[in-house]
Amino acid sequence: MKPSAFAYARPRALEEAFALLDKHGENAKLLAGGQSLLASLNMRLAAPEILVDIGAIPGLDGIAVRGQTLVIGARTTHRAIERSEAVAKHAPLLAQAAPHIAHVAIRNAGTLGGSLAMADPAAEWPACCVALQATIVVTSKKGERRVAATDFFKDLYTTALGAGELITAVEIPCVEKGERHAFLELVRRRGDYAIVGLAARARLKGKTLSGVQLVYLGVGVTPVQAKGAMAALEGKTADDAAIRAAQDAIARDLEPNADIYTSAEAKRHLARVLVARAVAALVG
Amino acid sequence: MEDRVEATITVNGTRLTRRIEPRMHLIDFLREELGLTGSHVSCEHGVCGACTVRVDGEIRRGCLTLAVQADGRTVDTVEGLSDSGELAVLQQAFHERNALQCGYCTPGMLLTAQALIKEHPEATREEIREFMSGNLCRCTGYQAIIDAIETVLRTPRTEGVR
Repeated sequence: MKPSAFAYARPRALEEAFALLDKHGENAKLLAGGQSLLASLNMRLAAPEILVDIGAIPGLDGIAVRGQTLVIGARTTHRAIERSEAVAKHAPLLAQAAPHIAHVAIRNAGTLGGSLAMADPAAEWPACCVALQATIVVTSKKGERRVAATDFFKDLYTTALGAGELITAVEIPCVEKGERHAFLELVRRRGDYAIVGLAARARLKGKTLSGVQLVYLGVGVTPVQAKGAMAALEGKTADDAAIRAAQDAIARDLEPNADIYTSAEAKRHLARVLVARAVAALVG
Repeated sequence: MEDRVEATITVNGTRLTRRIEPRMHLIDFLREELGLTGSHVSCEHGVCGACTVRVDGEIRRGCLTLAVQADGRTVDTVEGLSDSGELAVLQQAFHERNALQCGYCTPGMLLTAQALIKEHPEATREEIREFMSGNLCRCTGYQAIIDAIETVLRTPRTEGVR
């Protein structure tokens, strides 16, 4: 369908964007790549009075390494992340996850910050940011604040972003020696939202896992850390017994909701399948 | 409130300035304002790929892009890329392999396939499938389309066609 009518502004500086957000409050929506927003406007799930297009504000995209931190501008596209050598080197989980996001034509436009602000529970970047213990840089006219990704996703499509705030960058600790990553998704068709997905990360010494992060997508209203399964693997040798213990813990960690295609029990089963595959990938 | 916004866009090499209603999709602007009906509209929520066009050289969903977002950018459609000859080899292969029937998805298929040919000339059949997965076809089916693209990728490059 066609969206309902809205006004449009294309500020050239952050200050102008903040003024527009101030003036229009909840009637304004920020437009970055638009790959989720325009779909929801087209389906008339949202009808803002004004779109504030942040596409012309300088300094919001790009990928840089500062010390031991990878800094990715909020407006950096999925495709730029997918193609980045710095990302492949310093945050390989993101490089693994990027090709799972929709399709090339969408990855060419959709942005990291847009995906985080949208906070779709089946989206890839929110789970990756939690698994990588990333920091979301949030800016408003009052200045900058930093929110841990683990505190950022509050509820279904709901984040820690307050009125007048926008995401300007994401800071990710650079991968350390011995750290392994795996990103896995189960989908019916390539490019679909995941039925269940898993962003996994651990340090590996010999076959012993530590610093284990297992963050699921598609099983709750936000990205879900499977804390019982993480604990079951922590400090353990990655063998069949440890994998079984992690799979048993998944049953307690996750309370997936059925969607129109997949029952809660099927999702829980698939989550158990993924944790086994993830451990195999981490030690492989 | 829905005041029109001025945008200057270079479409198939021609620079033009128009006042555009903000809610107008790029695909509708191309089709309805400019008469470039080669690119098609179908699902209007980014699923089918029939509206694929190029913005600044990269393929995009024409239904998930506002025309006003193209201000200052270059847009290429199947018309421009046919006229320039860039798609000629691919079009010939689609013809020979019977890779279209009703033709509705074909402009989007061609633009996506051409992006693949430029970016991954060594793509395997499986990689072709993966790259093309965002473009849906409801009649020919996919084998012939993948065959056509594979033919182009496996044929030694001829001078002057790409």
